[in-house]
Amino acid sequence: MNATALLLSRIQFGFTISFHIIFPAFTIGLAAWLTVLEAMHMRTGRAVYQALFEFWLQIFGVAFGMGVVSGVVMGFQFGTNWSVLSKMSGPIQGPLLSYETFTAFMLEASFFGVLVFGRKRVPPSFYLFSTAMVSLGTTLSAFWIMTNNSWMQVPVGYVLQNGYFVPDNWTKIIFNSVVWSRFPHMLLAAYLTGAFCVAATGAWYVLRGDNYAESRVMLRMGLFLAALLIPVQLVFGHLVGDYVHDYQPAKFAAIEGRWHDEQPASEVLIGLPDPATESNRYEIKLPILGSIIASSSLTSKEVGLTDFAPQDRPPVLIPFVTFRIMVGCGLIMLAIAWFGSYLSIKRRLRRNRAMLWAIFLSFPLPFIAILTGWYVAEVGRQPWVVYGLLRTADAVTPFLTAPAALTSLVLFGAVYLFIFSFGTFYIYRLLRTGPTRLAVEAPHGASPNRPMSLADPELIQSVYRSAGE
Amino acid sequence: MVLFWVALLAISILIYLLLDGFDLGVGMLFGLAGSEAARDTMLDTVAPVWDGNETWLVVAGVILWGAFPLVYATLLSAFYLPVIIMLLGLILRGVAFEFRHRAAPQFRWIWDVSFVGGSFAASFMQGVTVGALVQGLKFTDGAYVGGILGWLSPFSLLCGIGLCLGYALLGASWLVQKCRSGVRDRARRQIPGLALAVLAFLIIVFAHALIENLPIMHRWLDRPYLFVFPAVGALAAAVLASSILRHNDRWLFAAVAVIFVAAFGTLALSFWPYMIPFAITIEDAAAPHASLAFMFWGEGLFVFPLMVLYVAIGYRVFRGKVGTTSGH
Repeated sequence: MNATALLLSRIQFGFTISFHIIFPAFTIGLAAWLTVLEAMHMRTGRAVYQALFEFWLQIFGVAFGMGVVSGVVMGFQFGTNWSVLSKMSGPIQGPLLSYETFTAFMLEASFFGVLVFGRKRVPPSFYLFSTAMVSLGTTLSAFWIMTNNSWMQVPVGYVLQNGYFVPDNWTKIIFNSVVWSRFPHMLLAAYLTGAFCVAATGAWYVLRGDNYAESRVMLRMGLFLAALLIPVQLVFGHLVGDYVHDYQPAKFAAIEGRWHDEQPASEVLIGLPDPATESNRYEIKLPILGSIIASSSLTSKEVGLTDFAPQDRPPVLIPFVTFRIMVGCGLIMLAIAWFGSYLSIKRRLRRNRAMLWAIFLSFPLPFIAILTGWYVAEVGRQPWVVYGLLRTADAVTPFLTAPAALTSLVLFGAVYLFIFSFGTFYIYRLLRTGPTRLAVEAPHGASPNRPMSLADPELIQSVYRSAGE
Repeated sequence: MVLFWVALLAISILIYLLLDGFDLGVGMLFGLAGSEAARDTMLDTVAPVWDGNETWLVVAGVILWGAFPLVYATLLSAFYLPVIIMLLGLILRGVAFEFRHRAAPQFRWIWDVSFVGGSFAASFMQGVTVGALVQGLKFTDGAYVGGILGWLSPFSLLCGIGLCLGYALLGASWLVQKCRSGVRDRARRQIPGLALAVLAFLIIVFAHALIENLPIMHRWLDRPYLFVFPAVGALAAAVLASSILRHNDRWLFAAVAVIFVAAFGTLALSFWPYMIPFAITIEDAAAPHASLAFMFWGEGLFVFPLMVLYVAIGYRVFRGKVGTTSGH
């Protein structure tokens, strides 16, 4: 086994999956929002819903495309770089991910085609059905991914036979409390991402003074949904913390920055963990709160990192810091959603430019929260790939060489950077154009055989020119 | 149960070859299109379905992982660089569908290049993989020992070119079926050349196999009934030739598709019962019963037919010829 190839493989997996998760996180929520918009348009007949649907569908299209192509990579990377893992855990992970492909990908792919190109080719009710199917597909995909990852975090329902993890209880693998706290946590995170992106866009338009009707709907729907969901998200976040506390004590101690057993335990708010001295520098901590958070008790004893042999400890700094960033983002989002909703109900939001700026600039927060949350989960699981059973170092493809791994990493880096820059730019440009100007110029629904006439560049540019004058 | 999953795997790979084959083929021919309008039309023939077509690759991949984890782990790691380059090719061509029409006209060439180059890279690497499998990978006691470049040989590179030609032929037939006037006529003119090139490729491969005495040839001589598939292929080639000569489009795509089915059947049956010739058999590779049964009772029995149904709905919604007008 080659240590450089191992490190490069880990960087490559981390890089490709971080890149990938941004798009599903965005599109899961967006697909649900499109379904709601289409249903509301059919029910009320109000033009604003139609305009918003057509507008967000284009943004969805770009993000969905990038999610699909970066997702295909994930299904093969287990085999290319982690052949030992994919062989040993294939009997469990393979079927779970095959369910994802069977139940989710084909559903999304087929109905996405109808969504983008089929407006004039199918009856309205079938069009709404297609929207709902795309949304269902994205949700199912998240479910199977969370089931699969949860098994790697807390392996259950298996026996070890001839070097394979052989499933002996699928019910346990799929219906356990770890899956059912982590899956809602991820799904809510995706809905919050959608809600914040929609509200931020609305705030942007109000600040610019255009898209009056659309920005009103976006701000209200985005903020109200977020205001309702964040408290629920905090509860599920706490449940996820409970599973870590019960099943992954070393990860829990790393997140808490707790080096030694404490009874009752204090809570480190901030600090800089230092593995060399096995202590935190510059720490600020509150007594007893650690026990309250971990065990809902005033007296409980909590485990410290030094209980584990150094080779069994996760890196401390990354889980410790990323966890605090995630929670921080969550709390800022809560404040924005509640205060923004309050102002909106009192009909004072449109005049409060400071608050509009805060909402507008809040759109990166849910993405940062999701990425850092995943870093807590995945880095905190180290040095294990299947917790307690298979070390990451033993899971890598044995004959993978450092030059080959470096080649692929550089290629992935270059290609992803390239398409990410353009994709983000195209999304930005669509957002800047806004629904009203697109709807005025573009005929409703593209001509059936000219797929991208939804947003022709010439059209957008002519719109720009006329708007610039 | 094992047999069911081998069959479903074979069907998924075959569907992938036919569906993504034509759209990768269109991607490669895209570079030869005469005008901007022709390029738009060519893209329109595959834009609504490419995502679904490509999903069959993932379907085959996850069936392989779930039902035959040993083969999944061995093949993907042995073909490390070809798989990575194929994936990058698929990314570059996949985003081109969405990005091309969003780019300003003076930058559109970027996505044209990425569409053609990505289609070519993905097709070529798939061909290389098949070629290396036919030639045989190095194994000791069931473990792959060929190293990171074990797939590289003149024969595998030749097969890479061969598959590109095959996909391009499939793509041209698809264009003939889906387009009118200009684009159709150009594709029609490309077909005879491509068909001859594919034929020449097959002859070279056959000759090479004889000279090199590839192990796969012995299996042919041992099992004469295998010649059923090449015979079907030859029949389809005759239909193709007659369609070309008579300018009859009706059976063109079908004839090329049957040639692909025949080639795939020939290959699959000459490997039988090996999954990686001639090192790992289907029985060696099969996942435990608990995995196969879990997959069978849900996705195999119920979801697979549903999946085929969505794909059929998709193709039905977008049936018929694509318009040639591309004015705004």
